[in-house]
Amino acid sequence: MQMSGAQILVQALKDEDVQIMFGYPGGVLLDFYNALFGSGLRHVMTRHEQAAAHAADGYARATGRVGVCMATSGPGATNLVTGITTAYMDSIPMVALTGQVASYMIGGDAFQEADIIGITRPVTKHSYLVRKTEDIPQIIREAFYIASTGRPGPVVVDLPKDILSGKGKYLRPEKVEIRGYRPSVNGHKGQIKRVLSELRKCKKPVIYAGGGIIISGATRELVLFAERNKIPVTTTLLGLGGFPGDHPLFMGMLGMHGTYQANMAIHSSDLLLAIGARFDDRVTGNVSKFAPEAKVVHIDIDPSAISKNVAVHLPVVGDIREILSNLNAQQEDEEPVWNEIRESWLERVAYWGQEKPLDYDRTSSSIKPQHVIERLSELCPDDTIITTEVGQNQMWTAQFFRFRHPRTLLSSGGLGTMGYGFPAAMGAQFAFPDRLVVDIAGDGSIQMNIQELATVAQHNLPVKILILNNCFLGMVRQWQELFYEARYSSTCLASNPNFVKIAEAYGVKGILIDRKEDVDAGLVEMMKHKGPVVVNCLVDREEGVFPMVPAGAATNEMIFGSRKKQEKKLRAVK
Amino acid sequence: MRHTISVTVENKSGVLARVAGLFSGRGFNIESLSVGETLDPTISRMTIVTRGDDRIIEQVIKQLRKLIDVIKVSDLTGTSFVERELILIKVKARESGRAEILRINDIFRGKIVDVSPATFTFLVTGDQDKTEAFIRLVRPFGILEIVRTGKVAIAREV
Ligand SMILES: Cc1ncc(C[n+]2csc(CCOP(=O)(O)OP(=O)(O)O)c2C)c(N)n1
Repeated sequence: MQMSGAQILVQALKDEDVQIMFGYPGGVLLDFYNALFGSGLRHVMTRHEQAAAHAADGYARATGRVGVCMATSGPGATNLVTGITTAYMDSIPMVALTGQVASYMIGGDAFQEADIIGITRPVTKHSYLVRKTEDIPQIIREAFYIASTGRPGPVVVDLPKDILSGKGKYLRPEKVEIRGYRPSVNGHKGQIKRVLSELRKCKKPVIYAGGGIIISGATRELVLFAERNKIPVTTTLLGLGGFPGDHPLFMGMLGMHGTYQANMAIHSSDLLLAIGARFDDRVTGNVSKFAPEAKVVHIDIDPSAISKNVAVHLPVVGDIREILSNLNAQQEDEEPVWNEIRESWLERVAYWGQEKPLDYDRTSSSIKPQHVIERLSELCPDDTIITTEVGQNQMWTAQFFRFRHPRTLLSSGGLGTMGYGFPAAMGAQFAFPDRLVVDIAGDGSIQMNIQELATVAQHNLPVKILILNNCFLGMVRQWQELFYEARYSSTCLASNPNFVKIAEAYGVKGILIDRKEDVDAGLVEMMKHKGPVVVNCLVDREEGVFPMVPAGAATNEMIFGSRKKQEKKLRAVK
Repeated sequence: MRHTISVTVENKSGVLARVAGLFSGRGFNIESLSVGETLDPTISRMTIVTRGDDRIIEQVIKQLRKLIDVIKVSDLTGTSFVERELILIKVKARESGRAEILRINDIFRGKIVDVSPATFTFLVTGDQDKTEAFIRLVRPFGILEIVRTGKVAIAREV
């Protein structure tokens, strides 16, 4: 049967079991949107293409499935770029479909022409410019396969107007075979044996787990492995939830705003097991002083991640879940090595936890943002999905929210994209309509995609936005305070709008929290409300995120507060 | 250290841009790059000469392998291989120097591909040492223009 390219595309997406896609129409996509109409394929129109990309990303992070977004040629496609890059940096499976001017016009600077393949080449796992209508089925099949296997990532498929309106047959390819793409799954047996022998020798092991744990679904295997070998665990921002936050072996996040305990443990460890992590500079600080005494074992599916930033002594390349279950299986009939030295290591790690736990001024009469997050963490259901924006809101969430399950924190780690959290929360909420989804936001970030209030209002999508409003670009202000003599250049947001009224103007419920004693009630009201809510929570304006490893310092060189404020406190005591 | 890397890739448009983009985006340098179709017309071979310490070369190779359109990557350096480069070089030929230039060309078994009253154009092939040496020797006479193919290389049968 002859079908139009657009119809073929719709069918191909359905055959990939796409449940929902996020997009925004335009001239060259008229054929597609026409074929979509009444096709049964669910499409959500966002109010900005960037939000469509982040929503697809949020959907992907919450479910583990491929997120799909679409935009028209030219400005529509370029608006996707931040979202595609965000997904690329965090290895999120995504297929981004872009309209393109007709094939015969490409290169002629036609109306709304942009070389989106060229623009996105460095930030995609792969990309396709479709040249024949009949190629659509094969390309869509490959795009989903590439996006979701190996180290996942975004794939762009660029669809010229005449390809979508042209006619062809639809035949779903039986299988995908790409000769240049065969991700390794099982780790090398010899290397796995060597990991076991290192484990027997070490005295001060630490597990540093990243987003790979969540991507490969290896939480159970990791818990078993850590428990059997009694190894303390720290995770990156993206790894949070990949190991239960309330587990006795859990030390919290490591790195720039990691816990004292995790950073000290890493610094003193003699065997660092990096699992599904990539030694980002926000994690390592000064790389040459990172885990200076440790042998480094690195388990990762991406060979190019090995020894990229830190020299690795023992790499194991493959799927983390496979490798961990292999390690676990081999240890099954082996008495785990245990001795007093290891016992005293755990005691020392526990001591660091007590010596300098995460803390803030709990007696303050103003609303401390950390308090709000702690209360939310306690009041909300166990399966709540949290998204964050970027900045202090993100770091406080990582520090003070207790993530117990994988895929419950969605946050832009690698790219650090302000404006990510709200649309990502929409994506997650569409995937799980019955779960509580909260975007913990800053007053700066939320304004980067605030137009999506129209989308949640349209669908009565019950996403909650909790703005920790400090009337500052808080994280930048903090750096100015610490390193630039508190010269607050372009970071003051005193001219913020009234967020409650903004919400109401969109037909969304708004709640103001401006007193500490109202925090609990406000949060409960937010959670109970059946539809979307914006909470404007006025927090202490100059609160900082601590501890902090200043950029370029070693992870054991943490600072615990601003000197100015500490001096002020000291003077007050005197 | 200088490495010669042989890469087979899908013979499709856009692949060269991916490879070149990888080098520029990650700050690797390319000394030369040559591409051509292989026996199998769906596959092209690139010979890339790059420079870097072991860590960088390891990254270059791994990042190349990561490209979906890249089929196989081998670092020829340290193995047994044959390399050749072809250069076309236009040299000033003043009365006094003509005989001497021709003698140098003879020694290098170059070909004269064009002659004008004031210039010779030579074609010289060889490994990089040879082509470099030729260029060095004729430089004093005045080189007007050089066109080089970049290196191509093939592994020896053992
Ligand atoms: C798109 C984008 N632009 C700029 C930045 C740089 N940046 C990082 S944190 C930050 C401040 C964020 O302010 P706000 O959203 O109010 O959050 P807070 O830090 O106050 O919690 C800025 C500007 C960024 N991460 N992303």
